[in-house]
Amino acid sequence: MLAANFLLLAAVLFCIGVFGVIARRNAVMVLMSIELVLNSVNLNLIAFALMNNDVDGQVFALFVIAIAAAEVGVGLAMVLLIYRNRRSISLDELSELKG
Amino acid sequence: MNAMILAADGVNVAQNIGFGVIAAVMIFAALSVVTTKNVVHAALWLAMVLAGMAAQYILAAAEFVAVSQVMVYIGAVMVLFLFGIMLTRAQIGSETGLNNTSWGIGIPVAVVLFGLLAYVVLDFTEDKTVDELGLADTPVVLTGANNEATLEIADRVLSPYLAPFFGMTFVLLAAAIGAIVLARKD
Repeated sequence: MLAANFLLLAAVLFCIGVFGVIARRNAVMVLMSIELVLNSVNLNLIAFALMNNDVDGQVFALFVIAIAAAEVGVGLAMVLLIYRNRRSISLDELSELKG
Repeated sequence: MNAMILAADGVNVAQNIGFGVIAAVMIFAALSVVTTKNVVHAALWLAMVLAGMAAQYILAAAEFVAVSQVMVYIGAVMVLFLFGIMLTRAQIGSETGLNNTSWGIGIPVAVVLFGLLAYVVLDFTEDKTVDELGLADTPVVLTGANNEATLEIADRVLSPYLAPFFGMTFVLLAAAIGAIVLARKD
């Protein structure tokens, strides 16, 4: 297995996720793109664990999975709250803080 | 021979074919997530990316993380996403206005970022296989039957990483309580 395989796949998924965060307006879609980014980072950690023949990277990946689950829970709760108050989850309409 | 050495062993043809097929499916599914016009379809494509990611973990000899990925992401996070979609949108089927008006800016940003990352990765690995990189100067001593890596993970989590593990449990607790407080109706 070439060492670059996993890292390049993770880079492709990371960039697709970044594109989704920039391009999407729907808040749930932005959260999905953030999941893509977090997963590509996890793949990098696993690949480095394999290269070092050490399970530290896998432990870090487990931590990232747990934090990502917490992030999705809080994020979707916030999206629900915004939807309940404004009947819309378009991110470009949330401009109250704009000067 | 433990599983990690097996997964790092030279150029394994079956492993490379498996990697290529799963990677192609994952990239197609990820592109569908960010381009489809139907929010529910996007969630289902995301499930496919997450399942492919679990398969890649198994190819990289990380079975425990792969099982955690299936349980946490495909089991819990996907249900959360589907409930979020169900509770926040009115119409069924494809909808317009999912993208920003200036969504085209994302394409050059993503392409330039990928060029940068690919340059760094290829400069770092120099066409070497995983075991030729020479990063593993202190190989882990793995004893036991077939689940050495899982036993090792348990050892690491419960001794050197115990404090971060406790911190993570409190983060999860706070996130669960925070989500309930945010989402409940008064």
